[in-house]
Amino acid sequence: MTEAAAVRPSPPLWRRLLGFNVLTGVVLGIGGWYVGWFGAHAVVGPSLDYFGDIDYNELSVYLAYLGGVIGFLVGMGFLNYPLARLRGYPPSLREKEEAGWTRYFSLCTDHKVVGIQYLWGIGLFFFIGGLNAMLIRTELLSPHRQVFPAGTYLTLVGMHGTMMMGMMTSGILGPFANYLVPIMIGARRMAFPRIEALTFWLLMAAGAILTTSIFFGGFPTGWTGYAPLANQANPGLDNYVLFFALVGVSMGLLGLNMIATILTMRAPGLTWTRLPIFVWGVLSTAVLMVLAAPVLIATLGMVALDRTAQTSFFLPAAGGSNYLYQNLFWMFGHPEVYVLALPGFAIVLEILPVFARKPLWGYRLAVAGLLGVSLLSWFVWQHHLFVSGINGDLRPFYMLSTELISIPTGFTFLCGMMTLWRGQIRFTVPMLFCLAWFFNFLVGGLSGVFLSDVSSDVTTHGSFFSMAHFHYTIMGGLVFTFFAAIYYWVPKMTGWQLNERLGRIHFWTMFLFFNSTFAPLFAIGFLGQPRRVVTYPSGLQFLNDWVSISAFCLGISMLVFLFNLVWSLAFVRRPAPANPWASRSIEFQLPSPVPVHNFDRIPVFSGDPYGYGEGPVPSLVPAGSPAGRD
Amino acid sequence: MAADPAAAPRQPTDSTNHGLRVVVAWLILSAIATPLVAIYVGPLIPPGNASVQAQGQVFTNQVMVSLLTPVLCLMAVFFGYGLLRFRVRRSEAVLDGPPLRNDPRVQILWIVITSAMVLFLAGFGTYELLKDGSGGGQGPNPIALPAGHKSAFQVQVIGQQWQFTYRYPSLGGMESNQLVLPANTLVALHVTSLDVVHSFWAIELGAKADANPGVDNVAYVETKGPTVFHVRCAELCGLWHGYMFNNGRVVDSAQFSSWSAQEQRIFASIKHYVNRDAPFAHIYLPDPARRAG
Amino acid sequence: MRVGVKLLLVCVAVAGAGVIIGFYASNLTTLAGSPAYSVPVQNSNGHKVVNLEIQTVAAIGPKLSRNPDWVSYLIHTSRGWKRETVWNLPANATVHVTIFNFDGASGLRNPYFGRPQGMVGNSILVDGKPTDAVDPDDASHTFAVPALGLILAIPGVADDAKNQCGFAPCPMSNAHRTIKFTFHTTTPGHYRWQCFVPCAAGWIFGFGGPMQTIGYMDGFLNVSA
Repeated sequence: MTEAAAVRPSPPLWRRLLGFNVLTGVVLGIGGWYVGWFGAHAVVGPSLDYFGDIDYNELSVYLAYLGGVIGFLVGMGFLNYPLARLRGYPPSLREKEEAGWTRYFSLCTDHKVVGIQYLWGIGLFFFIGGLNAMLIRTELLSPHRQVFPAGTYLTLVGMHGTMMMGMMTSGILGPFANYLVPIMIGARRMAFPRIEALTFWLLMAAGAILTTSIFFGGFPTGWTGYAPLANQANPGLDNYVLFFALVGVSMGLLGLNMIATILTMRAPGLTWTRLPIFVWGVLSTAVLMVLAAPVLIATLGMVALDRTAQTSFFLPAAGGSNYLYQNLFWMFGHPEVYVLALPGFAIVLEILPVFARKPLWGYRLAVAGLLGVSLLSWFVWQHHLFVSGINGDLRPFYMLSTELISIPTGFTFLCGMMTLWRGQIRFTVPMLFCLAWFFNFLVGGLSGVFLSDVSSDVTTHGSFFSMAHFHYTIMGGLVFTFFAAIYYWVPKMTGWQLNERLGRIHFWTMFLFFNSTFAPLFAIGFLGQPRRVVTYPSGLQFLNDWVSISAFCLGISMLVFLFNLVWSLAFVRRPAPANPWASRSIEFQLPSPVPVHNFDRIPVFSGDPYGYGEGPVPSLVPAGSPAGRD
Repeated sequence: MAADPAAAPRQPTDSTNHGLRVVVAWLILSAIATPLVAIYVGPLIPPGNASVQAQGQVFTNQVMVSLLTPVLCLMAVFFGYGLLRFRVRRSEAVLDGPPLRNDPRVQILWIVITSAMVLFLAGFGTYELLKDGSGGGQGPNPIALPAGHKSAFQVQVIGQQWQFTYRYPSLGGMESNQLVLPANTLVALHVTSLDVVHSFWAIELGAKADANPGVDNVAYVETKGPTVFHVRCAELCGLWHGYMFNNGRVVDSAQFSSWSAQEQRIFASIKHYVNRDAPFAHIYLPDPARRAG
Repeated sequence: MRVGVKLLLVCVAVAGAGVIIGFYASNLTTLAGSPAYSVPVQNSNGHKVVNLEIQTVAAIGPKLSRNPDWVSYLIHTSRGWKRETVWNLPANATVHVTIFNFDGASGLRNPYFGRPQGMVGNSILVDGKPTDAVDPDDASHTFAVPALGLILAIPGVADDAKNQCGFAPCPMSNAHRTIKFTFHTTTPGHYRWQCFVPCAAGWIFGFGGPMQTIGYMDGFLNVSA
């Protein structure tokens, strides 16, 4: 019996609600939280507090949330398959892949469902992080009036940064790699479908942990969590530690899954030089994820030990070093920002050929660029520490390595630009977002050149200039391509078209107000406003007000997008054709939405998907295969 | 059978040398823009001329922005020309473009030019940095030593939550809330912290050095004429990080003497307590458990 | 699903999101903050004079806070002693300050802050005696308004004193030290004040918890014309 026929008819709704799903997950999660909380209080008591009674038992916060996460995962049903196998049941790959909307709220091993779950989950937390950004800009409207008390403001800043960095790490790999990589390599599933689902639900649990940190006093350290300030913080910092640790686990497993899938499950004929550039981008990102996540988890473990077990990894007065934290954090942190940037490169290079109707120019150079960025990202992290008192001999080396990374980044620019050259350019909404990427990442990258020069960095480090730099590269780079990917692939994923006019309004307002918000920040930084401050010199008020108002308008442009989403997917529901963009890529040769089993027969590849102008799309079904055989 | 939308017929190629047009336009634009930027925009980039190091930073920024102007011009010309010339009207049928996959000459030219730019920037940056330290914190063993560093005027900057205080070892170990520096003097700032990581940023002087507990972070600044400058904390250090600022002054020697005499009079009453509990040292490691009961 | 039902669901979802966001934002404006108290102003020969009476305590107690063990400042208002640390003061005025300290000594981390500065005469009255240097080992708290250059250390109650205060507010019959000084307000503005003694028991460097929370050991002087 082929896998195609293994999809069971869906059970009735009441049966589906009764099984393991989000409802049982939340209930068991809350139960687990209380078990952890009271368990820690009963067993440990306040004796592990630092030097005296501080009203909080830090260990109980950790154990409570860990109990909550374990309860949540058990309630989602992640223990079922391991227990079944222990009891001798044969291996099975199918869980909840039957039709029905409830599979989106449970553990489902269909990679396409996980992709769509990721899209909505990350979208939700993206908007929460964005809300915090609006509140931050509200506070910065005036240097004298305090809308939020100073301590709460720092928590807002930390929540915005942490939420965005943690969630958008999987921003493109989560939704789009999960959905598309098996299809693009001609497989029916990922290598480890249950781990795939685990990465998603772990991320959701992590997001819930971070949003509840305000109930524990928030945290004053920003997303970088520098010790020793982290040791002084309220228990809200424990939420931050757990959030990032779970994000690290999710990230590492996601990367692992991608690598295993891409390496071992490619269909016949799909050699490395025929792989879609998107898959190369996913691979280079996944390698970074797998290698960087353990560093993060270990560092956060040390922070947790410092806060609960009276160790002093990061306390100089007790024998530790704050430099240890900074170096470990940035050893993760720098590859992390390339985890954010590389998928953007991959998406741009994937989409540009379709809307320029030309092959991807310089395929090998583009791959070299992606892998080069991935490799070099390990050698630059101390550029975050130029003025922190590191050994002076190191600084010229890190200046060189940081500048060198602009060379492979330039390859992406060259390949993209030459793909456009002499093309037949169609300005569809995904194309507009990809073109905006060139502008945004150019500004971001060139400002990075200023930051990489130590002399210039003396003034711009820790100021709004560096904030403008990373918002241009991360938001201008990743978030714009995130929307490009949404407009490009959502018709394929859902089977409904998105409204093009609303998409254009969203794009132009977002592009205009994004630049209006972040461009003045370069000036504000140079003029002397440090990061994460709740007040600033009065002379900078005009610029700050301009930025705040633009930020509010940027927020409104996101509402246009949300309106488009709800309008098109819930009300208008115009069916999308299988290939709305006339793309040669394999996912567009399949129906919209893609059926559960992906392919009727595993395809055989004879070229890359960029053969525009080189003839008809080759048939991907092996000729002469009898029906019913793979 | 309906035509496969993904395999459209090709647009006939045209023989205009678009590349030449772009290159020429770019060269003209760069030739105009780069000198304008170098002369008019470059000097306006902060931090200004209040110290030798700040001047050095302005010069570095000037060179970098001038080097990056042709890059911006190239992008502007390329995209302006390309997106306009090669666009397709919405109503036209979808046709494929020419199957251009590669041109090794373009690749090599690009790699050579970008590598050259990067290597120049790294070399230039290193030279500028090592010349006078650029006002940045270099740790306890600085290697970028400006001329006359052996007789530099020593000032210790102590960061604590949430105020900077300043100690002057050459003025009897005096400590003060105010940072006053003599004009036209090379100053060695020894920045340290008593608790968490702060960052001392004297904005107009172009000096920034992180204040780490238990570390002596040295930054050199050579002051010029009398001026007022602003000091802000540039590393998140807790609740009042945003309010951790004060004004500093560079004054001529007569004013500096009268100021230091006045501060020493104020310091006199606390002097023996300070010398008892925290005599001048390059680092201080207060007990982390220090707290009220 | 009919269009009407879908529309209703969307409206409910939007309204719900709006309510949650509204709650979130409005709660954050008060979280870990303090209401402002306008100190009564007297006019003396056309010159504004303000009397500020504050006390510092070792433990705030369960009636005034969810964290009963936290140290705190309190201000004497017409409604009695309140845990409010944002005070509205007039500009160009003379402020006479009396601080009653009911807490024991814990020592200054930076002994320099034992030197009173920024008030009239650069000295303070401790239990009636003028002082221009407080022994850092004796210091229990400090009161500092860095933007005004005002800093002074507050000596603590002896460890073996009888009748020490438990929870706030502390009556005058409990052991305490009295500190008096006078300073002038000038330009209107938003001046933050803080305590410099690391006195938040249990946190590393003593600077967590109440030392980093407005409403306990940190606050604002809102000086307005």
